[in-house]
Amino acid sequence: MNIIIVGCGRVGQTLAAQLNEEGNNITVIDTVAESVKDLSARYDVMGVVGNGATHTIQQEAGIDSADLLIAVTGSDELNLLCCLIAKKAGNCQTIARIKNPIYSAEAPYLKDELGLAMVINPEYETAQEIARVLRFPSAIKIETFAKGRVELLKFRLPESSRLVGMSVKEVIMKLHCDILVCTVERDDEAYIANGDFVFEGKDIISIIASPKNAADFFRKIDYKTQSVKSAMIVGAGETTHYLCNLMQKDGIDIKVIEKKLDVCEEIADKWKNVAVIHGDGSDKEILLEEGIGRVGAFVALTGLDEENILLSLYAKSVGDAKLITKINRVDYDDVIRHLDLDSTVYPKSITSDIIVRYARAMKNTVGSNVETLYNVIKGKVEASEFIVRENSPITEKPLSELTFKENVLIAAILRGKTVIIPRGHDVIKPGDAVVIVSGVMALHDICDVLR
Amino acid sequence: MNYRMIKYTLGWLLLFEAGFFLVPLLTAAVYGESEIWCFAVSMLICIAAAGLLFIGRPRSRVLYAREGFVIVALSWIFLSIFGAIPFVLSGVTPSYVDALFETVSGFTTTGASILPRVEDAPRCILMWRSFTHWVGGMGVLVFIMAILPLSGGQNMHIMKAESPGPSVSKLVPRVRTTALILYVIYFALTVLQFVLLLLGGMSVFDALNTSFSTAGTGGFGFRNDSMASFSSYIQIVVTVFMLLFSLNFSSYYLAFKGRFKDAFNSEIRVFIAIVAVSTAAITLNIRDSFATVGEAIKHAAFSVASIISTTGFMTVDFDLWPQFSKMVILMVMFIGACAGSTGGGIKVSRIIILFKGIGREIKTLLHPHRVRKITMDARPVDREVVRSVNSYIMVYVLVFFASMVIVSFDNHSFTTGFTAVSATINNVGPGLDMVGPTQNFSFFSIPSKLVLIFDMLAGRLELFPMLLLFTPSTWRNK
Repeated sequence: MNIIIVGCGRVGQTLAAQLNEEGNNITVIDTVAESVKDLSARYDVMGVVGNGATHTIQQEAGIDSADLLIAVTGSDELNLLCCLIAKKAGNCQTIARIKNPIYSAEAPYLKDELGLAMVINPEYETAQEIARVLRFPSAIKIETFAKGRVELLKFRLPESSRLVGMSVKEVIMKLHCDILVCTVERDDEAYIANGDFVFEGKDIISIIASPKNAADFFRKIDYKTQSVKSAMIVGAGETTHYLCNLMQKDGIDIKVIEKKLDVCEEIADKWKNVAVIHGDGSDKEILLEEGIGRVGAFVALTGLDEENILLSLYAKSVGDAKLITKINRVDYDDVIRHLDLDSTVYPKSITSDIIVRYARAMKNTVGSNVETLYNVIKGKVEASEFIVRENSPITEKPLSELTFKENVLIAAILRGKTVIIPRGHDVIKPGDAVVIVSGVMALHDICDVLR
Repeated sequence: MNYRMIKYTLGWLLLFEAGFFLVPLLTAAVYGESEIWCFAVSMLICIAAAGLLFIGRPRSRVLYAREGFVIVALSWIFLSIFGAIPFVLSGVTPSYVDALFETVSGFTTTGASILPRVEDAPRCILMWRSFTHWVGGMGVLVFIMAILPLSGGQNMHIMKAESPGPSVSKLVPRVRTTALILYVIYFALTVLQFVLLLLGGMSVFDALNTSFSTAGTGGFGFRNDSMASFSSYIQIVVTVFMLLFSLNFSSYYLAFKGRFKDAFNSEIRVFIAIVAVSTAAITLNIRDSFATVGEAIKHAAFSVASIISTTGFMTVDFDLWPQFSKMVILMVMFIGACAGSTGGGIKVSRIIILFKGIGREIKTLLHPHRVRKITMDARPVDREVVRSVNSYIMVYVLVFFASMVIVSFDNHSFTTGFTAVSATINNVGPGLDMVGPTQNFSFFSIPSKLVLIFDMLAGRLELFPMLLLFTPSTWRNK
């Protein structure tokens, strides 16, 4: 597929890297020659320097033969303009990143009237991910499949846990839980777990289950499963706006600390119940005064990664709040993982995951489509959801009789409203949604998992 | 430095070279020549050496700019070292250094020979010489890249190091596809020329050799008088194709895509202008020595095309021409072909940037505070490119003079030494005086030959990859 990416920021870079890896022909456009040069030196992509919202430049980037244009510059207006021109100039689908809540509220109109294939709002997606984790704080990350009927939860195993030393098989037998252990991260290694895998302290485990069974499982292993009652947010950007909205619906007491007075006033105006503190969120005294040691959750959402990490580490040292840290830089995630920061959210990866999912589904017009896609462990393991069509070779045979490729796990089958955690005797039927956990191999069709 | 990956790539390179030997091997089989064993043995040696290099698989396939340059430089050296084996085995060349000179001259598409009597050499050896031109013209690693997915995105470093010209850009997003497109154009043009030559009554062997030689802008002849004894039709076909192969190959792609305006860029316009003016000037100068003006134009055009494309064929001995004509020949020798072609020399685009740079300096003297950017085809030229062109010229001059000093120990005439170096560093082939079109390079001493070998490689790879090999910090792990 020929894809044009406008904007070589972090999202653009992540997208270029991943989509290129999956065998697409990528052309990137940016006004800054330096960024274009860097990107095209690092990955096998073509670079064009210039304003992506001009017809000439798009032409040069090959809009005529492009299948998809993704506009992820820093400016909403520019992104929209890029998409509009691309739509006129070529015969391609367009995706725009829209940050401003005013525009993003009009997403349906933009999609219908302006012909955009997708409008993506990274801040909103991030807020949603944070809200999910706050609802279920035992997990450090929650992804949902099939409109929330199946969840993929990640959690860290404390060394004192009773699971330490048990194998996956024993856990399922002793606890009588209908869950599926998919992956285990230990040090820098990632494993797709089979029945004989033995847990160790500090492992990061991800499981797949329905929300009810997941809650059941955590209760049985003595994790707190109650949702957070109060939260402190440092930094009031777009994400905070969306988050306030979502958290209010969940009935959480919110306290927002922000440096800029006008931003404070804006939030105080909008949400009467939110306590807005005007002050420097990195000031230790203010944090203590506002009760950082007592809150249920601490969410660091400033624009600086270093500050967010530092604040979260401080919050951890003075209390036992649920920690959520927003990190913009994707590159250093392997270092950050060792910091024991509880939950981290990467808005850039969230955005690129969603776009990659779309691109993959687009590429695949026959057979079953990718419905959802998550990077379970960055660059190593991913989980994808497929709808099974008629006549797929994977149907009408018990799973135990099919031969799967290595590192593939059928994690869940959804049939109507029931969630099946598959065992050997289960059968996939046409119309099912199937969640598959696999070592990264860019699955485009469910049949790709068969040997 | 990722030594294992370098080793691994070189292993593949030698396997490809073993494959290249098939061409002369088949030739020998067709003509029933006894030298067939030389190529068989060379093939086995290449495969064995490749096997040795494949020991120890690379742990990571990442190549940074530094590895890219080193791979390119080493590849060309390895290619020449192993490519010289058949010359030694067949006893065509008196010594290994001579064999190496001949091979490097082949791969770098120089066409400077040490063989005093070409007609005496077996046909398979002649075919191998021409074929090295064809392989070297577009670049071996580009060829390998078109076929093998060696490493991921970092291939660009290799392409940059191997392709001639101040700045390299891709035609399509993927390096591999770009390489493939370039080779398809190259192949198509070669076939076209081959067919046209056959139509002109050339034998298959002669037509193949001539096409290979022209395509790579090499210039190894298979007759002592080069192209002089062929018909006017064939000389004209060769003239046209020498010029076609010295245009930027991406222009063909752009033209094919219907972007004629982009294809007919200023570099090509300037190139055509230089060819036209030089031909006219020489024609006026030598008019009297030919029977008709048409004849004079034909020979002038052939010589200019041959030298500016850095091929080095000849129809007349231009060493006998008047001083002015020789000077024009020498000038176009330095200018060379367009960037992104198979030709050598400084490259027309560098000359354009250089002259625009000089113009800017002069205007800056008049208006010291005026801000100006150098533009080409209505696009600003990257400051980095301007800088690299300037330093390229500096290094070019330095290498040139250093080489001349060493060659001067042989105590030949100034013209001989000067044009020997310029014919090799520009990958032209023939020079003037003792290295003139009818002469050869066999009389040089071994140190001089080594220096000229270095010059040919440095000229083909645009100086820096070869210089990097001799820079200690390249090899230090810092």
